[in-house]
Amino acid sequence: MTGILSLITFAPILGVAGILALRMLRGPDDARAANAARWIALVTTLATFALSVLMVLQFNAADAGFQFVEDMPWFAGLHYRMGVDGISVLFVLLTAFLMPICVAASWYSIEKRVPEYMIAFLLLETLVTGVFCALDIVLFYAFFEFGLVPMFLIIGIWGGQRRVYAAFKFFLYTLLGSVLMLAAILAMIGISGTSSIPELMVYKFDPALQTWLWLAFFASFAVKMPMWPVHTWLPDAHVEAPTAGSVILAGILLKMGGYGFMRFSLPMFPQASEMFAPLVFAMSVIAVVYTSLVAFRQTDIKKLIAYSSVAHMGFVTMGIFSGNAAGEQGAIFQMLSHGVISGALFLCVGVVYDRMHTREIAFYGGLVNRMPWYAAVFMLFTMGNVGLPGTSGFVGEILTMTGAYRASTWTAIIAASGVIFSAVYALSLYRRVVFGELTNPKLADITDLDWREVAIFVPLIASTIWLGVYPNSVFNLTETSVDHLVAAYRAAIGA
Amino acid sequence: MNFSADLALAIPELILAAGALLLLVVGAFAPKQTMAVGVAAIVVLLAAVVAAATGPLGRGFAGGLIADQASVFAKVAIYLGSAVAIPLGQRWFKARAIDNFEYPVLILLAALGMGVMASAGDLISLYMGVELHSLALYVLAAMRRDDAKASEAGLKYFVLGALSSGLLLYGASLIYGFAGSTVFSEIATATRGGADVPVLFGLVFLLCGLAFKVSAAPFHMWTPDVYEGAPTPVVAFFAAAPKLAAMMLFARVLTEAFPGALYQWRQVLVVLVLASVGVGAFAGLAQRNLKRLWAYSSIANIGYALLGLASGTTAGLQSMLVFMVLYMVDVTGFFACLCALQRKGKSMESMDDMAGLIKEQPGIALAMTAFSLSALGLPPFSGFWAKFYVFKAAVNGGLGVAAVIALVGSVVAAFYYLRLIKVMWFDTSVGATDKAPRDAKSLALALALFSFPVVLIALTWLDPLAADAAHAFGLS
Repeated sequence: MTGILSLITFAPILGVAGILALRMLRGPDDARAANAARWIALVTTLATFALSVLMVLQFNAADAGFQFVEDMPWFAGLHYRMGVDGISVLFVLLTAFLMPICVAASWYSIEKRVPEYMIAFLLLETLVTGVFCALDIVLFYAFFEFGLVPMFLIIGIWGGQRRVYAAFKFFLYTLLGSVLMLAAILAMIGISGTSSIPELMVYKFDPALQTWLWLAFFASFAVKMPMWPVHTWLPDAHVEAPTAGSVILAGILLKMGGYGFMRFSLPMFPQASEMFAPLVFAMSVIAVVYTSLVAFRQTDIKKLIAYSSVAHMGFVTMGIFSGNAAGEQGAIFQMLSHGVISGALFLCVGVVYDRMHTREIAFYGGLVNRMPWYAAVFMLFTMGNVGLPGTSGFVGEILTMTGAYRASTWTAIIAASGVIFSAVYALSLYRRVVFGELTNPKLADITDLDWREVAIFVPLIASTIWLGVYPNSVFNLTETSVDHLVAAYRAAIGA
Repeated sequence: MNFSADLALAIPELILAAGALLLLVVGAFAPKQTMAVGVAAIVVLLAAVVAAATGPLGRGFAGGLIADQASVFAKVAIYLGSAVAIPLGQRWFKARAIDNFEYPVLILLAALGMGVMASAGDLISLYMGVELHSLALYVLAAMRRDDAKASEAGLKYFVLGALSSGLLLYGASLIYGFAGSTVFSEIATATRGGADVPVLFGLVFLLCGLAFKVSAAPFHMWTPDVYEGAPTPVVAFFAAAPKLAAMMLFARVLTEAFPGALYQWRQVLVVLVLASVGVGAFAGLAQRNLKRLWAYSSIANIGYALLGLASGTTAGLQSMLVFMVLYMVDVTGFFACLCALQRKGKSMESMDDMAGLIKEQPGIALAMTAFSLSALGLPPFSGFWAKFYVFKAAVNGGLGVAAVIALVGSVVAAFYYLRLIKVMWFDTSVGATDKAPRDAKSLALALALFSFPVVLIALTWLDPLAADAAHAFGLS
């Protein structure tokens, strides 16, 4: 199966080539070409998803090392090196799972420059998958950084009113964090003499140096995650991005931060991670409590969900830096679960936005009278967001809190209050949008979900419930690698 | 060494000199045959490339001329960069009813000067190379005699260039006076234990003169005005190859003549680096004219190249060479895009002119996007790999703090590159553009394709070549 990771990563590029060829032949404003672009994108992403499923089925869960490894020497000592382990494999799957949904969700809502839009999404899929597969630190950086460009264009071209501001903010915030990481990467290569991630994971950096390297990586991943107080780009980016852009942003791009912490910070700088864990805990609980309160005050549905994402990512960082198996497992699970649930919530917003072209909470109310199916779907994902047992949201939160409890009791206790806060803002949002009398006359003719929207939501509903009732399907895959990570970490810090 | 062996080392220069003089005569008697002169000039340049790449290596003319892997590497890049400028410029001038044969001849003479710069082994040949290429460039900048801005650019370039030559010469004479020789290797012997105050005084003057030539801040003032005023294809030429030649001189003087004073000149370079990156990043924010903007961008980029040099290691020299070659491709490509763009017969040079370009000229807009992202330093474009080499050398050469400051500066500069992308992609078009001339457009697209993805493969052979070249300097 060697080569399958490159195939998954670069399969979307084939779609890009197809759309590009069509656009050159047909010109930019051809309606048939636009439609063909949609179909090409859908077929490509579905094929990529099929390949990813195949890859996950072939994945040997008992092996803690990297699998499907490809290695080709490049220049200046760099390698083209790909591979997945239990930590990254499911993120590849998540990416491939969400992409066809994004394409389908943009089917009618994107009308201008459709070929370019689809190209941006396919390119993004390649780059994000590459981030999770890359085993060379510079290759990782290349994928990680280039991902900014398609997202910049998606927000800037197809976004809302203040799209230019949001796109610039997104780009520059992330870039500033990343260049510091670049400096650290270059120093690491110089000191260790290798750019291979597996080799760097076992290289023992001097603890004094680790502090600086850790901070540089933290600058990048904390912005990406995003952690309080560098989260302010996220609400802007979410509000202005088109629906599918928000889904990708919340569903996948944020996970690159958490993945980075688990792949780099923890194994490569264990001493520094231990030293800075209290700082991360503090920032995490502030994120959980503060952004939950901020979310409660929002008048824009998307902004509310964006702030709720920040709060949920607080659980992830808390779990990662607790440094025990429960915390790590919980963090991975929470990221996967949040990828599905927040993606679904943004799609729920998209459904009403497509019909009414506003996201003001006050505009809505009483939707249940006209859209019963929509109300049911929205309810399920709201509950998932709150962390109701039986949905995937519950498992991640309880595990990260268990992990954090062992590392820092107070952190877990304060974070637990976040579960209540999330119920407050999520349920109040649901009540204000869905329940009550239908008072706004403009909503009188609003229609319920159509077949396309149902088709989009079905896989999301299924995975939310499946992950909620049978989380072991995830843990079976991640367990060995996580145990390995935790064992190495604890050995390094002498615990 | 006997005289014929000396001459064998100078074959590329001899080819260029003979070719330039011959074409001058041809042009004088057949002034209408400009295209033929242009083609012949390209042939001469390619012959010089072959001669440089296959010629013997060694030192000749009592140490005044050095032919080694480094000079070969630089010469190949310089001659190719000059060859590209000829068709680009000739078409452009012809479309503006300036059809003269001097343009290719001047490029040849400039290339000759740059070749001498790349091979300079003593202060005399250094000065000869610098003056020969500068004089050719002054004339090129003022090629559009009837255009007030171009004349102004030529004059400014000349006056400030003469000033910098003066500084350079003054520094050289001080060095000669106190070190007792003009040959680099003998100066190196004299300054083995570090340069004492008078020699250092001369060295700083010399460095200031060179900093003028590469337009490193605080000696950058001429750059935006000259870039703005000079004809676009000429800018495409002198923003690329001469910069590499001047950087080669920097490297040559510092490593061949002053290896013992490494910790002294290094401080000077770091100051130049931080000033250039700062000026390039912040002053660029206020620019609306793209040629001026790219002038500031080039100031910042020279800062990065000097950072590689400042690390004072072989890896640093290699990084500088790779950086300059990749930068040459980018900057030539960007100005080729500008050469190709016209609206109703007028050149498009301001940011606002580019509004909605992706609809009007998708190919050129994509190429300009690639060059902007490359200049921004975003992977996987060539500009990122250039910076990758430089910062790797700097971080591992003990310049970590300067590297981080320069990286942060690149984030500031990212804003104006992004603004250009924003204008091209997000804004609505302000009117149809003229059909792009084929040669400029295809050159721009080819260079953009080099910037990404060809660079990913090209680096696998560029990397060892640059490494060999860097070893020729003989640093640790």
